[in-house]
Amino acid sequence: MLKVDNLHVHYGVIHAIKGVSFEVNEGEIVTLIGSNGAGKTTILKAISQLLEKSDGDITFLDKSLSDYKAHDVVHIGVSHVPEGRHVFPDLTVLENLEMGAYYRKDKTKIREDLYKVFYRFPRLKERVSQIAGTLSGGEQQMLAIGRALMSHPKILLLDEPSMGLAPILVKEIFDIIKEINAAGTTILLVEQNANQALHISDKAYVLETGNITLSGPSKELLNDEKVKAAYLSA
Amino acid sequence: MELFIRQLINGLNTGSIYALVAIGYTMVYGIIKLINFAHGEIMMFGAYFAFLFAFSLSFQLPFILVIVLSMFFAALLGILIERVAYKKLRKAPRISALITAIGMSLFLQHLAQLIFGATPYVMKQLVDTTPVTIFNFDISRLTLLTIGLSIFFMILLSLFVYKTKPGKAMRAVSQDKEAAVLMGINVDNIISLTFAIGSALGALGGIFYAMTYSQIYPTMGVLPGLKAFIAAVFGGIGSIGGAMIGGYLIGIIETMTKAYISSKWVDVIVFGLLIVILLFKPSGILGKNRKEKV
Repeated sequence: MLKVDNLHVHYGVIHAIKGVSFEVNEGEIVTLIGSNGAGKTTILKAISQLLEKSDGDITFLDKSLSDYKAHDVVHIGVSHVPEGRHVFPDLTVLENLEMGAYYRKDKTKIREDLYKVFYRFPRLKERVSQIAGTLSGGEQQMLAIGRALMSHPKILLLDEPSMGLAPILVKEIFDIIKEINAAGTTILLVEQNANQALHISDKAYVLETGNITLSGPSKELLNDEKVKAAYLSA
Repeated sequence: MELFIRQLINGLNTGSIYALVAIGYTMVYGIIKLINFAHGEIMMFGAYFAFLFAFSLSFQLPFILVIVLSMFFAALLGILIERVAYKKLRKAPRISALITAIGMSLFLQHLAQLIFGATPYVMKQLVDTTPVTIFNFDISRLTLLTIGLSIFFMILLSLFVYKTKPGKAMRAVSQDKEAAVLMGINVDNIISLTFAIGSALGALGGIFYAMTYSQIYPTMGVLPGLKAFIAAVFGGIGSIGGAMIGGYLIGIIETMTKAYISSKWVDVIVFGLLIVILLFKPSGILGKNRKEKV
């Protein structure tokens, strides 16, 4: 479904991504794990065209994503939940969700998706007219995910959804990711919390300073000595 | 008391003009964090447009059409300025864009002088100015029209910004551009729309200003532009409601100073106020000092 082939990204003279290739099949949860600065966020931004690649190909459903402008990527079914949530702080919860469906015109379907989001995140329903900036970190993460779901995506790119959350919320968020996937949305998950990410995903890629150093089914990586030593020790 | 009420009405008149112009400053600042110093010149061009539509056509356009056409062309001018001068600098340091804005302001003043000459045009009245008597006060029809139309457009703007989809997208872009892009919002179009609306309202302010003082000249936008900028800072730059409140407060402070202190002190007090605000409450009346939540 999503195919990244020999991707290179530069920040000025810094070569941040040095020829990364991976693939996400429909219905899967694929995770990219790696420490801070490995280039996980950069890859997601390159997919959603927020950053320009310097070489390589990114194709989604056989379309080259670099033919699209960043604001058009969502039209073909790619929805990106950025690192740090990035909810619109002065808009209400409802307005944030409406923005998620910005490009859509099918009002009845939008309403259906809104109910689905409320069903999945009852707390958002309780706070529907609250200003998003006043939500707690966990609620903001739910809003960010809910907002992305409002675009009715085929694939959801999640960037560090567990960052800065209390352990109990981390578990809740990962459960929700599994549920979203079970309901039919393919997921590309970027995480520092390797343990949780490997537990819910089908396939994993380990990223180190711009290169993929290890990949395989998540279950195997969970038992890999190198992965254990580097990412699961804590 | 009679003097006070009379001055209050005058203050609301001037304040309406400042509020209309301040909205343009605050909207543009809200969306691209730029103080658009060329905004006073949009106001000036708006007045010239109105003059041309009102007096240089072989037939007489109705007043409301003169206003709407002038606002439309000012909106186009605003979009053009952004696309030509500011767009390329969006990722540049903010000081570069600020200097460009000052350059654009001077350019437009001299462009106007080239086209229209330095001699002021006399703005004949476009509306019936005979006073109306309300509660024993004679109020000029122009004053009523200025206040009324200003409030009408401000309500229209508020409805647009808070109730419509493009209005919400505009707020979204001003709060988080990158997230807005991910929603599929075309940020360039929203920025153009912001310049268009701000410029149209600025032009309306310019037309009322020209009608109040009966003159149009290339540098007419400088002083009211600066005062409207102070009004925007006073109300909290980036806040549309703040710009409206700030505009009316500056207008009232100005006329009260004229009436009770001395007209010589007006600019001293208004510009002194800017310094006081920046010292004690730089975020203004409705502005926010939000702390980032991690």
